[in-house]
Amino acid sequence: MTRFAMVIDTKTCIGCGDCVVACKTENNVPDGLNRDWIVEATNGTYPNLTTEFRSERCNHCSNATCVTMCPTGASHHWKDTNIVLVDADKCTGCKACIAACPYDARLVMHPEGYIDKCTFCHHRVEKGLDPACVSSCPTRCMHFGSLDDPGSKVSHLLKTRKYKVLNPETGNDPNVYYLI
Amino acid sequence: MSEELLVTARDNALIDPSLQIWTWEVAMYLFLGGLTAGIMVLAAMMTLLKKDEEAPFAATRLALLAPIVLSLGMTTLFLDLEHKLYVFRFYTSFQATSPMSWGAWILIVIYPISILQILSTFRRGYPFFSSFADRIEIGTWVLDWCERNRREIAIAAIPFAVALGIYTGILLSAFGARPFWNSGVLGPLFLVSGLSTAAALVALIAIRRSEKELFTRIDLILIMAEIALVALFLINLATGSGQQIEALQSVTGGPYTLIFWVLFVGIGLLIPLLLELLEIRGIGKSLAMLAPVLVLLGGYVLRQVMLDAGQESTWTSYPSQFNSELLQRLH
Repeated sequence: MTRFAMVIDTKTCIGCGDCVVACKTENNVPDGLNRDWIVEATNGTYPNLTTEFRSERCNHCSNATCVTMCPTGASHHWKDTNIVLVDADKCTGCKACIAACPYDARLVMHPEGYIDKCTFCHHRVEKGLDPACVSSCPTRCMHFGSLDDPGSKVSHLLKTRKYKVLNPETGNDPNVYYLI
Repeated sequence: MSEELLVTARDNALIDPSLQIWTWEVAMYLFLGGLTAGIMVLAAMMTLLKKDEEAPFAATRLALLAPIVLSLGMTTLFLDLEHKLYVFRFYTSFQATSPMSWGAWILIVIYPISILQILSTFRRGYPFFSSFADRIEIGTWVLDWCERNRREIAIAAIPFAVALGIYTGILLSAFGARPFWNSGVLGPLFLVSGLSTAAALVALIAIRRSEKELFTRIDLILIMAEIALVALFLINLATGSGQQIEALQSVTGGPYTLIFWVLFVGIGLLIPLLLELLEIRGIGKSLAMLAPVLVLLGGYVLRQVMLDAGQESTWTSYPSQFNSELLQRLH
């Protein structure tokens, strides 16, 4: 399995929301629906507070429970990568994948009714481009690439920086990393 | 302090502020599916135990309800689908890791077995209608064949009916992302609840005294088993992971406490248990109709409260300052 990862530097993210807007524009996400979002985490006691901004989305888990729970094979790993896509033509809208996602990263595409989610912009990845959110980031805090290539920027960052993933104890093996 | 909140708008329908993807349609299906399983198992058991005299309704007429009840359940399940025209996609593949896929195929197998079960006692249970079938040669042949193989059909029906009754619980318990459901006890609990509701249904609509008493006794044992399984479920969550302990809060002080303890445990299990105990001792016969009605109600409430509390239990939940009504102003 080719493993694509997104590495987001929380030290340089300012929580501007450009990634959210870029995603909506690139993928024509309807009003009121979002494939990505930003979380502001505040820790400590005043005046010693720390703030962390996290741009969150589908974690494109290597062990994706949304894929294992899908009754029709609509939720699948794209071309033997970890990128999780939904085939609208196979989706019954049963919502099992929504219940199966510990990150609540899936949404119902109204009014069509099939399930929608972040695609890691696979249509751009295919052409060798970064996902829209990554390429639009004004502080360049987002990085995208293959973890199989030891020379890639994302591999290098994970080798040299301290990082975390969200809820690793789910066992889903998520692929969006946060540098901390 | 440690605070995490959303700073961009997220108001994904059915997901924010808390997950509510499945409502009464699915709860009703879980209830009716369990009831169908119970009906088929009890009808088969009456055949195997040769109870035609003592329990004529359950032994010869009950099976007819199975496909009717199941079809009602499948209708409400269909109502829940968001992408309805693609419902056929359940039957263009089989996904071994998905309990829902197993369930879809179990439903397909249940229908022919249920029809055979009905036909095997059709002449005894429904002489008026079977006389029409007997007017044509093939009808006589089919009924003869099913009657000759009545025992074998009953034996075949039991494992498939048990699969139908247990898979809905396994389905919910397999969602690791929903800590409240993440207990292996859920499968057996739903199965026993399905059997109990079916026994209550027979006690409610059977006419013969001996049959009502038999099924009151059967239901009594099933209710006691169900109480034990509910206790195991609660122990499982209370001694589980942090997420499970937190999820349990929804029925121990949280929003579903009253529904769970009063409507399900109290009115749906303990009161019918008491009423049935009294009835067997010959006390409170005038309340005989009440116990099975409460058991049926409790069976539905169990599915509904499990479904609601389970969906809301989660690994990630961020409060949001976002007011979704602002979206309306865009147009």
